[in-house]
Amino acid sequence: MTFLEWFRADRLPHIYCTGCGNGTVINCTLSAVDELGWDPDRCVFISGIGCSSRAPGYIITDSLHTTHGRALAFATGVKMADPTLHVVVFTGDGDLAAIGGNHFIHACRRNIDLTVVCMNNQIYGMTGGQGSPTTPVGGISTTTPYGSAEPAFDLCALAVAAGANYVTRWTTYHVKELTKAVHAGLTHPGLSFIEVFVQCPTNYGRRNRFKQVSDQIEFLKTHSMIRQKAERIRGEGGQVKDGTIEIGEFVKRSRPAMGVVK
Amino acid sequence: MRHEVRFSGFGGQGIILAAVILGRGAVMYDGKYAVQTQVYGPEARGGASMSAVIIDDDPILYPKVTAPDIYVIMSQEGFEKYGVTAAPGAVMLIDSDLVHSRPGCRYIEVPATREAKDVLKREIVANIIMLGALVEATGVVTQGAIEKAVLDSVPKGTEALNTKALQHGGGLVRGRDKG
Amino acid sequence: MAVKLPKAGGTFIQMEDEIAGIAAVIGASWTGMRAMTATSGPGFSLMMENIGFAIMTETPCVIVNIQRGGPSTGQPTMAAQGDMLQCRFGSHGDYSIIALSPASVQEMYDLTAKAFDLADRFRVPVFLMADEIIGHMRERIEIPDAVPHGERRAADRGVLPFAAGPDDIPGFTTFGKGYRVHVTGLTHDERGYPATTSPKIHEDLVMRLVRKVEDRRHEIADYEVVNPDAEVIFVTYGAPARSVSQVLHDDADPRIGHLRLRLVWPFPDSAIRSFPDAKVFLVPELNLGQIAREIERHTTVEVRSLPKIGGDLHTPRELAEASGRCIAP
Repeated sequence: MTFLEWFRADRLPHIYCTGCGNGTVINCTLSAVDELGWDPDRCVFISGIGCSSRAPGYIITDSLHTTHGRALAFATGVKMADPTLHVVVFTGDGDLAAIGGNHFIHACRRNIDLTVVCMNNQIYGMTGGQGSPTTPVGGISTTTPYGSAEPAFDLCALAVAAGANYVTRWTTYHVKELTKAVHAGLTHPGLSFIEVFVQCPTNYGRRNRFKQVSDQIEFLKTHSMIRQKAERIRGEGGQVKDGTIEIGEFVKRSRPAMGVVK
Repeated sequence: MRHEVRFSGFGGQGIILAAVILGRGAVMYDGKYAVQTQVYGPEARGGASMSAVIIDDDPILYPKVTAPDIYVIMSQEGFEKYGVTAAPGAVMLIDSDLVHSRPGCRYIEVPATREAKDVLKREIVANIIMLGALVEATGVVTQGAIEKAVLDSVPKGTEALNTKALQHGGGLVRGRDKG
Repeated sequence: MAVKLPKAGGTFIQMEDEIAGIAAVIGASWTGMRAMTATSGPGFSLMMENIGFAIMTETPCVIVNIQRGGPSTGQPTMAAQGDMLQCRFGSHGDYSIIALSPASVQEMYDLTAKAFDLADRFRVPVFLMADEIIGHMRERIEIPDAVPHGERRAADRGVLPFAAGPDDIPGFTTFGKGYRVHVTGLTHDERGYPATTSPKIHEDLVMRLVRKVEDRRHEIADYEVVNPDAEVIFVTYGAPARSVSQVLHDDADPRIGHLRLRLVWPFPDSAIRSFPDAKVFLVPELNLGQIAREIERHTTVEVRSLPKIGGDLHTPRELAEASGRCIAP
């Protein structure tokens, strides 16, 4: 198979806006799943609410499109009831870190054997561009018209602190690295958290001085820095510029995990 | 014949467990019907805890205690909250060292906590001593039933201690006037 | 559950909150397992959104609610029946569910088993609406060696996953079995695909969800009738049934009857007609008349609510006085 064969052709056209980064993330995820040769009949894709959460509906496997923020709780039920199923969760920053924040930290704490792919577009894209917990300070949204005054969540740091076994961050510019990261997450026991910065031209880009889609992707490219490099700079007493997106692997460990087939 | 038994004391004395054991004995080993209820909540821990058992030959319809004919009271606060209203025809077993008041109804003084400490060297079995006294004094369940129910309910390794406590409780009231 | 379920080959998990609890139950159910959760008071309110999801996605599940005094944190350890309308209407939108109400420890057991059967058959959340009195008391119970139970009907291959036959209930498409089903809380067509702007698809779906339960309300009705020729009829469910049984036991007056509902929703309106000579229905509830209001919808006979809140059960004496007032001397 190729990743293309994992799509439900009869669901096209999809709802994503022109230039949306979610498709890139879905393609990378499905490529990784496909590389592993997993049987589509043994995979379940689960999501909550938001643009990211429409993804499972376009995939041929069994899929569960649930309530806002609760995807991880539903996924926990699926995985604990049948640990032989491969369970992948698609979520977004609002879904995961705002309404679903509690479930996020507890799923990480349980370290349940799920792969969680978070499309972080730094905004509520589906509902009209409200600010989310990852909207950066100064970021413009419909609810932060003068620039967000709230500090943003570092989702990877949160996942590490809460106990996830594998935590990594990439952007839609880094498709090869992202595919590899998902691959690693799918095969690593315990909770794997893959955060992806994605462009949302409709609701984030146009309000935040990204005239073209490519401008935002260019930003993701030029403002991201491999985490190890950032740490080295800091270690040498240097400063990493505010707003730098630190990418790469945050943790890969073997804490006791739940829902792992022995 | 319907009996309504009310237990009260303070949290940690095993008031609830005593009631559960009594109900279990009635149902499992005397073939009767029983309903056990209790007061829940934080108030029941620090303050007066209360549990009730109804025992009947026939199915029990209304499940709440209305007019207990038997009381087991193991604290002064328990007496004041749940024992002071005892009807004249009731009988009350009182832990005589812990309850200073005495009711208007017939009562039997059982120094259960002191005996548990002094004789059995384990204060924790005071509730079982009380049960032994209760069954000896009232016959609300049979001796065999309460013995088996106690063994069903206590932690492994404590069977001998609890059986001894039960018998000791019986002995404390044996031969007393049951009038 | 934490002690017994693992020993019986099941899985117990304590989720972080009630929202997650019901979510995990729904997720587990899609793997073909029977799944349940239990709560009380605010926890039940927290579950409401995902209960709606279970209804919309036709997920079999059982929710036990040991009702206590509300609103809000209210009386955490005192009995009430204040959630009878919430279990019926508490999630947003129009729908129908099944609710059972046990009046003894024995029924707590029997009706739990029945709840799973009904949930599997109707693909709907089934509520076990007990109260603190029944939920906390211990009493004699007989446990059979085996509980016969029905199966969740599997979907036929090649049939659209949300296409229902004449019984309005689609076969179940268990995850991992090759059905490749998409399950969504959005309004969906028979393929399971979102179809949120077609009035017809929405109306057809919601009407079917309601019909599959309501049209069988007489078939699944579960109640006891005492003295069908009586004029003064007590209607009860849950703990107050015990008080009424005591009244009838203590004074076997044929003019006083008792309709005891074990199944409250879908409301078995035909049960009301079991008493052709009824002059008044007396409805003792541990709430301010939630089911009395429902009974009024189904009869022209006078319905008198006997509400009691605060945690105490109606005493037999109170109820005997209430019925006495209705009987001509």
